[in-house]
Amino acid sequence: MKETPLSNCERRFLLRAIEEKKRLDGRQTYDYRNIRISFGTDYGCCIVELGKTRVLGQVSCELVSPKLNRATEGILFFNLELSQMAAPAFEPGRQSDLLVKLNRLMERCLRNSKCIDTESLCVVAGEKVWQIRVDLHLLNHDGNIIDAASIAAIVALCHFRRPDVSVQGDEVTLYTPEERDPVPLSIHHMPICVSFAFFQQGAYLLVDPNEREERVMDGLLVIAMNKHREICTIQSSGGIMLLKDQVLRCSKIAGVKVAEITELILKALENDQKVRKEGGKFGFAESIANQRITAFKMEKAPIDTSDVEEKAEEIIAEAEPPSEVVSTPVLWTPGTAQIGEGVENSWGDLEDSEKEDDEGGGDQAIILDGIKMDTGVEVSDIGSQDAPIILSDSEEEEMIILEPDKNPKKIRTQTTSAKQEKAPSKKPVKRRKKKRAAN
Amino acid sequence: MEEETHTDAKIRAENGTGSSPRGPGCSLRHFACEQNLLSRPDGSASFLQGDTSVLAGVYGPAEVKVSKEIFNKATLEVILRPKIGLPGVAEKSRERLIRNTCEAVVLGTLHPRTSITVVLQVVSDAGSLLACCLNAACMALVDAGVPMRALFCGVACALDSDGTLVLDPTSKQEKARAVLTFALDSVERKLLMSSTKGLYSDTELQQCLAAAQAASQHVFRFYRESLQRRYSKS
Repeated sequence: MKETPLSNCERRFLLRAIEEKKRLDGRQTYDYRNIRISFGTDYGCCIVELGKTRVLGQVSCELVSPKLNRATEGILFFNLELSQMAAPAFEPGRQSDLLVKLNRLMERCLRNSKCIDTESLCVVAGEKVWQIRVDLHLLNHDGNIIDAASIAAIVALCHFRRPDVSVQGDEVTLYTPEERDPVPLSIHHMPICVSFAFFQQGAYLLVDPNEREERVMDGLLVIAMNKHREICTIQSSGGIMLLKDQVLRCSKIAGVKVAEITELILKALENDQKVRKEGGKFGFAESIANQRITAFKMEKAPIDTSDVEEKAEEIIAEAEPPSEVVSTPVLWTPGTAQIGEGVENSWGDLEDSEKEDDEGGGDQAIILDGIKMDTGVEVSDIGSQDAPIILSDSEEEEMIILEPDKNPKKIRTQTTSAKQEKAPSKKPVKRRKKKRAAN
Repeated sequence: MEEETHTDAKIRAENGTGSSPRGPGCSLRHFACEQNLLSRPDGSASFLQGDTSVLAGVYGPAEVKVSKEIFNKATLEVILRPKIGLPGVAEKSRERLIRNTCEAVVLGTLHPRTSITVVLQVVSDAGSLLACCLNAACMALVDAGVPMRALFCGVACALDSDGTLVLDPTSKQEKARAVLTFALDSVERKLLMSSTKGLYSDTELQQCLAAAQAASQHVFRFYRESLQRRYSKS
C-alpha cells in the first residue's frame, strides 16, 4: 500500500509547534518515550517497546565452520526485518532504502564496535565456531526504529544463553540444556543508538522523534554510545549541515540518555533472572497487564473427551465404506509401469474441437491403445490433413494457419504411459492460436 | 455443568499437567489474548497458548494492486513470518491453510476490489503453532472489524504410539505418531480446515475431530468472554 501523504497543514502545524518547543505528545525536547522490556520463555527472546514502536528480538546460535581469514573467531549475523504489520507501506520490495540503511547502522553499531567477544565463540580453531544470529522484527512503526532495534539487539544478546561445549583433545562434547546450564555470551559493553532529529536546517533539535516528527524532519543524527561514554558509531543523514558544537552537544545528551537506558536494561535483565531462579512464572504471558480491558486470560481448561469414542464410532458406522481400490501395476518395459487406467488426456479435446468443422465431432483419434515394447518407436500420425482447417468463423481475426508436416515425426514412446498424444511440431502452435480464439 | 465439575474434581485428583489416556483428562493450556496492542494496523491481537505466542496484525479493507484485484470480492492475503531465518516452504503452506480458512468465513463480497491483509509473526513456538496462528488471526480480524459470517478457532491434537489423544500438544508431545490440526467454525462447530501429519486410522481421525469439537467450545467461550470484557459497559 502506498503511504498516506502528509498534508501541508499537518506539516506546518508540526513545524510551528516545534518552533515553540512543543511536541504533540507533551514531551520535552530531550525526553525519551517510555521504554518497556519484556522477555519470553526461551533465552534470547525479548520485545522492546519504545512508546508505541515495538521490536521483537531473538538470538540463536549454531555450530559452523569459521571464515577462512578468521579461523579463530566466531561469526555474528544481524538481520533487521520491517514486518508488514509495522506499517502499511512496508511491502516486500518497497522498503529497500530504509531497510539497507537500518541494517547497515545496526551492523556498524554492534559488529564494528566489538561489543561481543568473538574469540570466546571459538570451539575448535579452524573447524568449529559458534555463529550467533540476531533476528530483529519491527512489529509497529511509530518512529525511531533504530533506537528500539539497538536496545532490542543488545538486550537479546545479554539475555541469551548458548549451550555449553567442552573440548578434550580431539573430542568436542556439546551439552544439552538439561545436562549442563547454558552459558551467557561474553559482552564487553552495550552500545545503544540515540537519534536526534533536526528541523529548519539545524535550528531545532528533538531527541527520539516519533513517526510524525520523522516525516517533517530535515535530517537525522544517530550516535551509538555505551555507558563509558565511548562513541561506537556516528551517522548523519539527510544532508543537514551541523556545526561542531551542535554535534558535541548531541554527544553529551547521548551520554546522559545512554546511561539511563543502560540502567533500565540491567534492571530488567536482573528482574528476569531473579524470577527464573526463584521458579516464578516468566514469559510473555506474565507481561500482559491484567488490568487492561483488551487483555484476557484463561487458566488451563480440562476438556471432557469421554464420549469421543462413541461419537467416532457413530460417524464411521453411518458413513459409506471406502470404495474398493483396484490397482495392480502393469510393467510395460523395465522402467515403465502403469498403475490404473488414468483419465483421457485433455489435450485431446483441443484436437477434437479443431476437427469439428471437418468431421463433425468425430471420434477421438488421439487415443492409442498399443505400445510397442523394447524398440518402442512408434509412428503416430494424428490428423495429417492436406487442406487448411478453418478454426473460427470470425472474420475479424487475422489468423494464420500453419499446415502440419507431411511426414509426421517419429516419436519414441518408451517413457510415456499408455494413452498418449503426439503431434507434429507445428501442431502446438496451432493449438495455442486456437486457445486464444476460444477466449 | 455437572459434567464439568465432575471432570474438574478428577483433574485435581491427578496431576493435571498432561493428559491421561483417552478419557476426561485432556486439557488445553493456559490461554491469554490481548487485542488492539499495535497502533498502526487496523486490528491486532496477540494470542498465547501456554508458551506458544503469535502476534497478528490486520490491514483492511484497503487499497489493492490492480494485478491482485478481484472484481466481486476482497482479496485476502496471509503472511506468516517465522522468528528465526527467512520464511520457507513450511510457512508458505501454513499461509495457504490459514488463507483458505479465512476466506471461508470472511464476507469478502461486502468489500469488492479491496485487500484484507493478515500478517502473523511467530513470537515463540512451543507446540500447536498452526492452531495458535488461526486463533490469533481470528481475534485480529474481529479487532479490525472485518465482517465475518462466523468466528473460527484452531485446535491441535497429537496421537501417541499407543493411541493416547493429547489436545493442544507441547513441542515435546508433538513428537508423537500423528499431529492433527483442525479449524472449526463457531456456528455449528463444522470443520473448515484440517492439516495432519503422520499415521492414523479413520476411527482415530473421527475421535480427534470429536475431541477438537469439544475443545473448540472452550476456545469460543474464551473469545466470547474476552470480547464481553472489552465491550461491556460495566
